[in-house]
Amino acid sequence: MQVIITINKKPGVLDPEAQAVKQSLFSLGFDDLENVTMGKQITLFIETDDQERAKYRAAKMCEALLANAVIEEYKIQVNELS
Amino acid sequence: MSKKAEIQYENAASMGLSEEEWHSVCSHLGRIPNLCELGIFSAMWSEHCSYKSSKKWLRTLPTEGECVIQGPGENAGVIDIGDGLAVVFKIESHNHPSFIEPYQGAATGVGGILRDVFTMGARPIALLNALRFGQIDHKKTSHLISGVTSGIGSYGNCIGIPTVGGEVEFDSSYNGNILVNAMAVGLAHNDRIFYSAASGAGNPVIYVGAKTGRDGIHGATMASAEFNNEAELKRPTVQVGDPFKGKLLMEACLELMAADAVIAIQDMGAAGLTSSSVEMAAKGRLGMEIDLDLVPTRETNMTAYEIMLSESQERMLMVIDPNQAEIAQQIFNKWDLDFMPIGKVTETDRLVLLKEGKVACDIPIAPLVDNAPEYDRPHLSSEIQIATNINDIVQKIPITEALKKLVGSEDLCSRRWIYEQYDSQVMADTIIGPGGDAALVRVYGTNKAIALTTDCTTRYVEADPYSGGKQAVAEAYRNIIAVGATPLAVTNNLNFGNPEKPEIMAQLVESVAGIKDACIQLSTPVVSGNVSLYNETEGKAIKPCPVIGMVGVMDDWEKSGTIALPSDNDIVIIGQNEKNNSGWLSNSTYAKFISKKLGGAPPLVDLNSELKTGKFILDCYHNDLINAAHDISDGGMLVALTEMMLAGNNGAEIIHPKGVDPHCWFFGENQSSYIIATTKLKEVMKRSENANIPLSYLGRSSSAQELKISNGDIISLKELQNIYETGLTKQLPQ
Amino acid sequence: MRIAIIVFPGSNCDRDMMVAVESLTGRRPALIWHKQNNLNPIDLAIIPGGFSFGDYLRCGALAAHSPIMNALHDHAARGGAILGICNGFQILTESGMLPGFLARNQELKFICKQITLSVNGATSCALTASLDHKETLQIPIAHNEGNFFADSETLNSIESNGQVVLRYTSDKYATSTNPNGSLNNIAAICSLNGKILGMMPHPERAMGKGHESADGRKLLHSIFEAIIT
Repeated sequence: MQVIITINKKPGVLDPEAQAVKQSLFSLGFDDLENVTMGKQITLFIETDDQERAKYRAAKMCEALLANAVIEEYKIQVNELS
Repeated sequence: MSKKAEIQYENAASMGLSEEEWHSVCSHLGRIPNLCELGIFSAMWSEHCSYKSSKKWLRTLPTEGECVIQGPGENAGVIDIGDGLAVVFKIESHNHPSFIEPYQGAATGVGGILRDVFTMGARPIALLNALRFGQIDHKKTSHLISGVTSGIGSYGNCIGIPTVGGEVEFDSSYNGNILVNAMAVGLAHNDRIFYSAASGAGNPVIYVGAKTGRDGIHGATMASAEFNNEAELKRPTVQVGDPFKGKLLMEACLELMAADAVIAIQDMGAAGLTSSSVEMAAKGRLGMEIDLDLVPTRETNMTAYEIMLSESQERMLMVIDPNQAEIAQQIFNKWDLDFMPIGKVTETDRLVLLKEGKVACDIPIAPLVDNAPEYDRPHLSSEIQIATNINDIVQKIPITEALKKLVGSEDLCSRRWIYEQYDSQVMADTIIGPGGDAALVRVYGTNKAIALTTDCTTRYVEADPYSGGKQAVAEAYRNIIAVGATPLAVTNNLNFGNPEKPEIMAQLVESVAGIKDACIQLSTPVVSGNVSLYNETEGKAIKPCPVIGMVGVMDDWEKSGTIALPSDNDIVIIGQNEKNNSGWLSNSTYAKFISKKLGGAPPLVDLNSELKTGKFILDCYHNDLINAAHDISDGGMLVALTEMMLAGNNGAEIIHPKGVDPHCWFFGENQSSYIIATTKLKEVMKRSENANIPLSYLGRSSSAQELKISNGDIISLKELQNIYETGLTKQLPQ
Repeated sequence: MRIAIIVFPGSNCDRDMMVAVESLTGRRPALIWHKQNNLNPIDLAIIPGGFSFGDYLRCGALAAHSPIMNALHDHAARGGAILGICNGFQILTESGMLPGFLARNQELKFICKQITLSVNGATSCALTASLDHKETLQIPIAHNEGNFFADSETLNSIESNGQVVLRYTSDKYATSTNPNGSLNNIAAICSLNGKILGMMPHPERAMGKGHESADGRKLLHSIFEAIIT
């Protein structure tokens, strides 16, 4: 099972990198820009046929290591491998 | 795939071999090579690995001296600094990769030179660099300088070796071809140096470090070709650095060497597994057999050609004592690194590679190294530029106005924006970091310190390559002396354009002659170095840039100098007075930034007075006569004094001799001179008279926050500081 | 006094800290490799600066899950003292032993420079009790991620509990007050019990003799003194 985890900063958490990107885009003339967030995408392959189990294991991994609950939130998307 | 019949001259040409070289490959083999074999020949015979255009001239450099343990030809040079200690050092370029991908190019340049040093058994203790960028307002400069700076920082900071010094210059000739030269310095015991010559037929050949991917394939050939616009599309061949793995590899190798398990060791740098295996075998006059299926790879279906030519970073090849194999394996397990026996040393004098049970390559080793091409390329004599008329240079503006323009110019302003991105203090032994003359690093556990600097004044070299070559050595020498250390030895990085053009070859030949004469006279042999040619874009060559990296030593670091001007001292110029000082402004920084007169003859370099003045300064240090010192170079005496005032946060009141044009006196770039601050003026004057060293009284320092000149000019330190500190950031386009 | 320095792959200030400790205490501290599962009884554990695990994923995140960390948690639960410097501070926040998070510097650049620190007069930190609250300290920083962040509730509680130990303050030229964007100019904080101290500045680089300042020695001395008494 392929699992795609998207990790983003929680709303309100300082993100200097995203701020800098926003500033640069503004100065390039993209003035309709409202907000920029930047995160990580982590792709895992988990040995199971059970979607729910894959999701559960991935959530465990996020809590154990991949995301820092103080500042980050995560989303999990599970895809069956063809 | 590599069916022998398909390989033709066109394949060789695409790898950078000339037709003559192609025929030579075929005759050495007695047959047509396959693709892998051809790749190995082209890499070993590339300018980068074979030094085929420069070898003839490099041989003329002095490489021997009392302190030399190992001269050029190994991974790095080694000198003795007494008490059983040795300093291992080398400088290397990563110009082309850094232009294509500045962050990774610069980072892997640092990683590569660090491996060269710890391969010799030394723990690296300092990094320096020499950088050249295009015009400061060129559209690419900002991106390139940001990327290179953070790339250098990313590797050095992470691996935990302080970046203690360097130099930066901006010039339009580098708009399309920047220079990134990195120097690494390490410390070893003089009886524990490790070399690359393989020995003992049957001994295992071990691959350690990171896995092999398809990155940087044929980088050595790329570094030996001119740039064109297509080069910017070459992104995929750029290697990616992993300083974390580099740190683990460094610790594991040093631990392994301490365990007496290593017989020979070689970094997989340019041309990767090819150059490391060939050089180890060639130096040991032996052969090597490698099973390429055992090489740890990161990607699938890699061909023999790809594995041999990959320039993946953080990898080493070694021959180990078979009785110690188990200990070696344990050490690498501890550091979670690949450790893989991939072959053995043989008595055949051939490099034999196996892939999927078949012989993928079987070539004699000697022709790859001993019979590599060597050229005596035609070289015209350079047209030596004549001095620009002084009346065309001196501008009718107040001294303080000229000073402001100079200290705010991109060539002379503070480099703080750059060096604060480098960890210059990790290892906690940095006595003098960036921003002074030479950097000074304490030798752990002793009272000794090592002084380090990199220098080259490219506009002097362009105007007169011989004199410019001499000047680069002389300035490095002065920087070492100015902190109170004794200069010992040199590493050089010769950056030039296309050597197939006689006028470029002349620059190389003449500046090497200048370096040679200076190194002989100043007793600083050349122990290592690197050559980077074909630095051209669309047929236009860079300003020649033979960078000198120099190492000095002092026995007691507590006696080291500083450029910080203390208050209530007398300020004296050593090496110049109104009689011998001709106020040399031709080709000076003043001429460049204030008169906009480029070119013209550079100042005379008198090696005899360089030596005499240097010895005099050291003598003053040994007799505790110096409270601060700074050498006079770009921008002349008043710029040097300004740097001293800003570093010490003290002002000065100075005079200038009657009958001398103040612009010439204050901004002339006459060589072999220093500014010192002393509270023992009489003693200094007496000694200078005895030693027949020109001396001139400049003035006195005080805690007043201003520079006051006897003609009535006055400027506050605050104003100077503001201009000096913001020079770079104000001019770099955001 | 029994001091242990915890070494992770990528730690690079371990030797510097060892030298600093030895110069103050006369005894060489133990270097403990991160793969070790347990710790002999000690008075102080020091997590040195560096780039543990290459700073990959998040600074300190991978180190916070190394085998040695269980032993450190036990040591902390017994009221043991821990000092984390730079990357050590990041490891302490990642492992939950200290509140907050160290984000990338405001300017997105690594910064290495001497900075001026003030001691928070209201601090409850047991380890720095002997420091003069009116004095400022000159100690270098060298980091890419030292921008202290906590949500406002956490920040309020850190402040009201006196957990802020050091703040960035203006130097003698009145410049560079806050080098990295840290909330409330925070440079160092401690745990509620005052025994776990995390700081971005590097005291081992301000030991006098050859260094620009001796204030790091003063700071380490106060910590060692607090542990003995």
